[in-house]
Amino acid sequence: MEKLRVSSNPHDRSRVTTNQIMLMVVIALLPATVFGIFNFGLNAFLLTVISIVTCVLTEGIYEILMHKKLTITDFSAVVTGLLLALNLPPEAPWWIPILGGVFAILIVKQLFGGLGQNIMNPALAARCFLLLSFTGIMTDFSVSSYAQKHILDAASGSDAVSSATLLAQIKSGTAVDGTMLLDMFVGNIRGTIGETSAIALLIGGIFLVAMKIISLRIPLTYIGSFAVFYVIFGGHGIDPMYLAAELCGGGLMLGAWFMATDYVTAPVTRSGQIVYGVILGILTGIFRVFGGSAEGVSYAIIFSNLLVPLIERVTVPKAFGKGGKRHE
Amino acid sequence: MGLLTFKGGIHPYDGKALSKDKPVRRLLPKGLLVYPLSQHIGAPAKPVVKKGDHVLAGQVIAEAGGFVSAPIHASVSGTVKGIEDRLTNVGTMASCIVVENDGAYESVEYHPADPEKLSKEEILTRIREGGVVGMGGAGFPTHVKLAPKEPDKIDYVLVNGAECEPYLTSDYRRMLEEPELIVGGLKIMLRLFDNAKGYICVEDNKQDCAEKLRQACQGESRIEVKVVKTKYPQGAERMMIYAATGRKINSSMLPADAGCVLDNVDTVVAIYKAVALGQPLMHRIVTVTGDAIRNPQNFCVCTGTNYAELIDEAGGFDVEPQKIISGGPMMGFALYDLNIPVTKTSSAVLCMKEDIVSQTEPSACINCGRCADVCPGRVLPGKLAVFAEHHDEENFLKYNGLECCECGCCSYICPARRPLTQAIKSMRKIALAHRKK
Repeated sequence: MEKLRVSSNPHDRSRVTTNQIMLMVVIALLPATVFGIFNFGLNAFLLTVISIVTCVLTEGIYEILMHKKLTITDFSAVVTGLLLALNLPPEAPWWIPILGGVFAILIVKQLFGGLGQNIMNPALAARCFLLLSFTGIMTDFSVSSYAQKHILDAASGSDAVSSATLLAQIKSGTAVDGTMLLDMFVGNIRGTIGETSAIALLIGGIFLVAMKIISLRIPLTYIGSFAVFYVIFGGHGIDPMYLAAELCGGGLMLGAWFMATDYVTAPVTRSGQIVYGVILGILTGIFRVFGGSAEGVSYAIIFSNLLVPLIERVTVPKAFGKGGKRHE
Repeated sequence: MGLLTFKGGIHPYDGKALSKDKPVRRLLPKGLLVYPLSQHIGAPAKPVVKKGDHVLAGQVIAEAGGFVSAPIHASVSGTVKGIEDRLTNVGTMASCIVVENDGAYESVEYHPADPEKLSKEEILTRIREGGVVGMGGAGFPTHVKLAPKEPDKIDYVLVNGAECEPYLTSDYRRMLEEPELIVGGLKIMLRLFDNAKGYICVEDNKQDCAEKLRQACQGESRIEVKVVKTKYPQGAERMMIYAATGRKINSSMLPADAGCVLDNVDTVVAIYKAVALGQPLMHRIVTVTGDAIRNPQNFCVCTGTNYAELIDEAGGFDVEPQKIISGGPMMGFALYDLNIPVTKTSSAVLCMKEDIVSQTEPSACINCGRCADVCPGRVLPGKLAVFAEHHDEENFLKYNGLECCECGCCSYICPARRPLTQAIKSMRKIALAHRKK
């Protein structure tokens, strides 16, 4: 008989692998990606491709140079590249995703030890890096003439040349109305490539929940606690129009479903995930309501990422039967 | 109300269809019979025979080596060939008594008794002398388990018929074919505990067994059949006690501390045979199965029989197996040689065409938390495995490493295919050794 293989138990394994999970995330991001490209046009498509290629190449080249095991087939770099692209303004220059991609993979991911070791979400850290370094480019949400036809901005009639997002306009006093809300829900507004369509992001998020890739704990506590914060401090009370606009606008949906739920940078404990979601919601609320910008999701998430080790430490679950009493 | 169960757990491929409809077939051994002196937890048994001695089936060949220990009986008649080191099913060499079968199957005279007329002490003595140990896998001497400090405080006697381990069908066949022996054994156990109720616990994928058992215990006011959810590891001691009674025990407690006594189906049958029939434990049901076996079977075999014989009797291999496991796929031991004897705790020989474990390399942990979601001990296996790899015993204990029951759910579910259970098991061994000091 040929040599028998021996190993420690268990001898069976679930068929779900890391690659499959990452691929599922890519699939879940497709509705938002396709919508963004369709909406904003060629440049959005090019940025997306450049971003993904940069991330995968950076990971591959680094691993080859460092004589590490090549892990570009696990799709994690693809996810980072795609998320980065979805966080870029549609008319950004071509070198922005290259710079961002190299920063995300090299600095945030590989230098910390590669997959699973990064302390911040690489795509978001790269976005914040770009936002601070090239604020002008990263906050210029002007669109091509092709996109102008698609984007029936509620505000575009009056202010077609404005490059500000609707969320910024609301913050500076524009009133929310029904058509505007519908536009925000569908995604016919200015914004980064992937954040505009709440419905496309929701479809992806629900897909991830249905495939058991993510649980509802983080997205729901995040969105829920943000909503509560906004009702109390937002200045509009319980006005469903403003609340809905805040939920659909900006990066909240993209952040809550796809970036706050990033396994590596979220707590592993159940109660920790709830604490994390609440912190995210409050921070996003503070940044949006009291901050200088109308947006706050990216900063809230990378800031909370840093709190994760602390959150995990105080939310270690009670072991089965721990503190059990003898039965008399 | 939903089915009784616990939090966490997994649903691996169960493979029971291969052998579940094969009635138990009695098998006579052909070659030498080998009896390891340590087939149980506790002190190894001490041989009382020497080379050249003639022994009868049912005769004690090694006596208990202490209180937590159990005697070993010959399962055939024949001549002792010697006491030598042999490979056992846990992968180590151990001292074994080797008996050459004379084929006559002469046995000692058994002394049946009416369990209703025996005193509690007599019942325990018969169980101890019968060499009965937990046959579900751990091999804890049953007479110790059945003699807690305060027997009056035992509220539940549980018969564990979950058989949650994939591929195994020996308990299933036992419950289907001989439910009256199980009820008989449970009645004997209840004699020892005046205030206890008896529950026979079966997973809901074995409704036919539950039905048979219900019929068998009709009219028994103290006995009830409980159906629990089919989920691995439902049959783990702590999970079963929790599902059936709602009581929780941790790693530093015994079931008796929660007012419970739990024994596997086959053990309860062994109790019945030892007490009512006076027959010691020398047979057990072994499932021989897997996708590499031509004709999967359930055999009733003499302890000491060689594994290779069982495989031959099951038609041999259909295809070359990559992996052979003693026990089930979740908690069994991988074998590198088939020249191994059946012991009191051998539940199955599983022969797999492919070994999924060696087909994939572990990759980096992505912190997905699936291990924590499925862990029935409610610990964080991913973190514990890291502490174990760093030999960080302090944090390992702080994060409840001892509460792990080594069920294997975390390794099973890990998408990065990390050997979490293996790492945690090794560290637990070290930590437990330190605790004993």
